[in-house]
Amino acid sequence: MTTRCLTLAPVMAALGLATAPAAAEPLRNGGKLLLTNGISSIEGASGGGLTPWATIAGNETRDGIGASAHATIVELKDYDYQSAGISVGLFDRVELSFARQDFNTNEIGGALGLGNDYAFGQDIFGAKVKLAGDLVYDAPLMPAIAVGVQYKKSRNDAVVRLLGATDDDGIDYYLSATKLFLSRSILVNATVRLTKANQNGLLGYGGDRNDDYSVQFEGSMAWQLSRRLAIGGEYRTKPNNLGVAKEDDWFDAFAAYAVNRHLTATVAYADLGSIATIDKQRGVLFSLQAAF
Amino acid sequence: MPLLAFLPLLLLQTASDTPPPTASRPPAGAPYAMPGEDAVDPYVANNANAGAIPFKGEAMAVAFHGQDGIRRIVDGFVTRNFADPVIGEIFQGHDQARLRRTLFEQFCYILNAGCAYTGRDMRSSHKDLGTQHADMNRLVENLQKAMAEEGVSFPAQNRFLAKLAPMRKDTVDR
Repeated sequence: MTTRCLTLAPVMAALGLATAPAAAEPLRNGGKLLLTNGISSIEGASGGGLTPWATIAGNETRDGIGASAHATIVELKDYDYQSAGISVGLFDRVELSFARQDFNTNEIGGALGLGNDYAFGQDIFGAKVKLAGDLVYDAPLMPAIAVGVQYKKSRNDAVVRLLGATDDDGIDYYLSATKLFLSRSILVNATVRLTKANQNGLLGYGGDRNDDYSVQFEGSMAWQLSRRLAIGGEYRTKPNNLGVAKEDDWFDAFAAYAVNRHLTATVAYADLGSIATIDKQRGVLFSLQAAF
Repeated sequence: MPLLAFLPLLLLQTASDTPPPTASRPPAGAPYAMPGEDAVDPYVANNANAGAIPFKGEAMAVAFHGQDGIRRIVDGFVTRNFADPVIGEIFQGHDQARLRRTLFEQFCYILNAGCAYTGRDMRSSHKDLGTQHADMNRLVENLQKAMAEEGVSFPAQNRFLAKLAPMRKDTVDR
């Protein structure tokens, strides 16, 4: 255990993270409060269902290493979506994540000339660093603050370009501030994202209407009803880069339940608006997360 | 009698300090350690040692079922902590009788249920315990279970925890 910690020490030092525990301390994994690791968002970063928060994946505190894995499905009016991913949390400070998304167009694919059950997919590599603050403890008005990057790579290079996207890959940058206001049992998150992604990247990056980064806002509010249960909603604004397929903002209303220390189940109603020319894509999201 | 030996010192210290408001003043001449407790090094008793500004009004005291409820919560909390497979070790060898009394006073004071706090401040009372964030979280969970057992509503539990959460920097030392 100590050896592993020692080998990580230079990495942490290189990242400029002075708060890493002294190298002599043995690792101590686990120990987060229930639900304070968030759930895996569709892009793999820990947070709400649709948006990253300033939380770090895994059950570890600043004295250990944690990990989580998730699977999410969204059944929309005309499409099916699924994603799965894994994350590693280092000392409740650094999060590294990978997620693979698949978006099945069902019969719409045929109507669009792509073929029935044509699936858009992308891989997302994410990294997040908590810069300051704490989700629960310390100054009551000081949120946890984190910055993150997501490298996204479409697996439908030719098709997304045909739709008008400029690139088949792109990088999102975001800043999140998250706080659980214990006195009101309310969690608030605000995320600002710089992105060129169309439909979070499933339809490529940049487009004929706009090819520049734009600033998008993502907000979440959750009400903690018990140690194990929180309900809430999220809103996420999106760019509108493609001439052929307009995008709408996303929102959801969710309930997240900590079955135990290692398992969080989430169900949500999601309204993803117009996707690939078909309007009113509403449906139900289910997500399961295992964390250690 | 070492207890009595501290009394003049306490009186001297209290007299030389700026007197706290009458309502929050500890009982005159209160000893550092009550009968049945181990002796402790002298310190100045002061409600400010509780580490939080008490609630106003009676709502929180009522939500915690008054001093009787607070006493049951503290008893359940302390019992859980001493028996805890993870953090129980930290409590072994500590004066359980004194912990039950001072925790009761602290909770009762913060909840505005009519007590003064006569214990030490959070930093010195947690000094060198070697606690980590995971220990603090475990302790919070034990407190949540004790409050739930008493039937304190979840929003009231969190309102109280909001008073304790800023204390982590003084209670966790590694």
